[in-house]
Amino acid sequence: MNRVAITGVGVVCALGHNSRDFWQALSKGRCGIEPLQSVESGSLRFPNGAEVRTWDASRYFDEKEIGMLDRFAQFGVVAAREAVADAGLQWTPELREETAIVTGSCVGGQTTEDEGFVNLYRKDIPRVNPLTIPRTMENAAASRISLEMGIVGPTYTVSTACSSSNHAIGQAFWMVRSGAARMAIAGGSEAVFSLGFLKAWEAMRVVSPDTCRPFSKDRRGLILGEGGAMLVLESLESAQQRGVRIYGEVLGFGMGSDAFHITQPSAEGPARAMRSALSDGGLKPEDIGYINAHGTATQANDATETAAIRKVFGTHADRLQVSSTKSMHGHTLGAAGALEAVATVLALHHGILPPTANYNEPDPACNLDVIPNQARNARVEFALSNSFAFGGLNAVLAFGRARR
Amino acid sequence: MSKEELTERVRRIIATAQHLPEEKVTADSTFAELSIDSLDGINILFAVESEFNINIPDEAAQSIRSVRDVVEGIARLLAEGPVRA
Repeated sequence: MNRVAITGVGVVCALGHNSRDFWQALSKGRCGIEPLQSVESGSLRFPNGAEVRTWDASRYFDEKEIGMLDRFAQFGVVAAREAVADAGLQWTPELREETAIVTGSCVGGQTTEDEGFVNLYRKDIPRVNPLTIPRTMENAAASRISLEMGIVGPTYTVSTACSSSNHAIGQAFWMVRSGAARMAIAGGSEAVFSLGFLKAWEAMRVVSPDTCRPFSKDRRGLILGEGGAMLVLESLESAQQRGVRIYGEVLGFGMGSDAFHITQPSAEGPARAMRSALSDGGLKPEDIGYINAHGTATQANDATETAAIRKVFGTHADRLQVSSTKSMHGHTLGAAGALEAVATVLALHHGILPPTANYNEPDPACNLDVIPNQARNARVEFALSNSFAFGGLNAVLAFGRARR
Repeated sequence: MSKEELTERVRRIIATAQHLPEEKVTADSTFAELSIDSLDGINILFAVESEFNINIPDEAAQSIRSVRDVVEGIARLLAEGPVRA
């Protein structure tokens, strides 16, 4: 069994179009939630979101390529390019055969699909873009990354709602750990801002009419976000041989299902997934110093997640530092686990824990140290990153600081 | 519309949404008694908004826990006047 190092990261989201800007914003507690530009103001009950603003696809793709790629795939591909460059990878035919690509996405190219539907159902234009299928399929980002980089190893996409990216990274981690793949590009991407999809979220009454305040007593729901994030995973041995910078290690992956309710969370399911990640990583609860929470800022999630954390950690929960970076980059659904994995890994690497932004008032049901509003200098050795999705699907990753 | 008529209509909406016989849904029933969870609650509000052409604000939605709460909420909103379709 190999130890698995993270040697490259790439990010596109509301906080920036690259991982440096992303980290800058997180470490300053800067929030990327603003009034929506993709839809007409007043068309929704909620006015705000974490959009990738000023996205100019022509900076990264030529016209023909833009025609082939929905926004969600563009985010994933650009993040992958950054991660691969960051890891200083030199492609050889052998490496191309032995690299896996595992991505997550909840709804893939739904903005393309939405445009097609508007034309068909509203404008009576009886033809849709012939590239609709390749643009909308959830695996479009993974396929494009493979195509661009000539990677012929195991390549697939996982779709498990808000846990998609954690599941994707977990699977990639297990492949590199077992030696089934020498290297992996893992993460996810999502683009949510089309009126139809936003209306569907509005109908569930879980989106905040103001901002995202995880764990705060006055929290009013989640804020949707878009973006993509990718990590390069390789065996520690390979990273050391190449002499590249090691951000940290993936240590464990745990997953499970609530079997409770299709949208409401339970505390036992998430607790089980956290315990499973710890045991997969050979870690004890007391080893964990920081948790990047699922922390959507819905009434239900934050209280239930707190209860789950207390179940797993007992009295150690009082010494944990827990934050939800969704407070800054929004809930990016299928990309959430990936953005949050990068945030967690960079937190360990830099010795700075990102805060829970927009926090106003403690809630007794969320009695954890949630790192309110200001990032903290803290050297933490081991961390967890949680994703608890609709449908009761839970996925938790355990990370460790780079050790010699 | 009288309170009685309104209550009848609400009982019918809830019974239909929950696939229950109308007699089971009384003016005094609570959502807990009828096994109505949060997702069911949202569906019921959706049906109520469509039927009465009203907009139930999210905060109100969260505090509705019984047939009486629904009836009173609708009566208040109807008194405020119709909403744009």
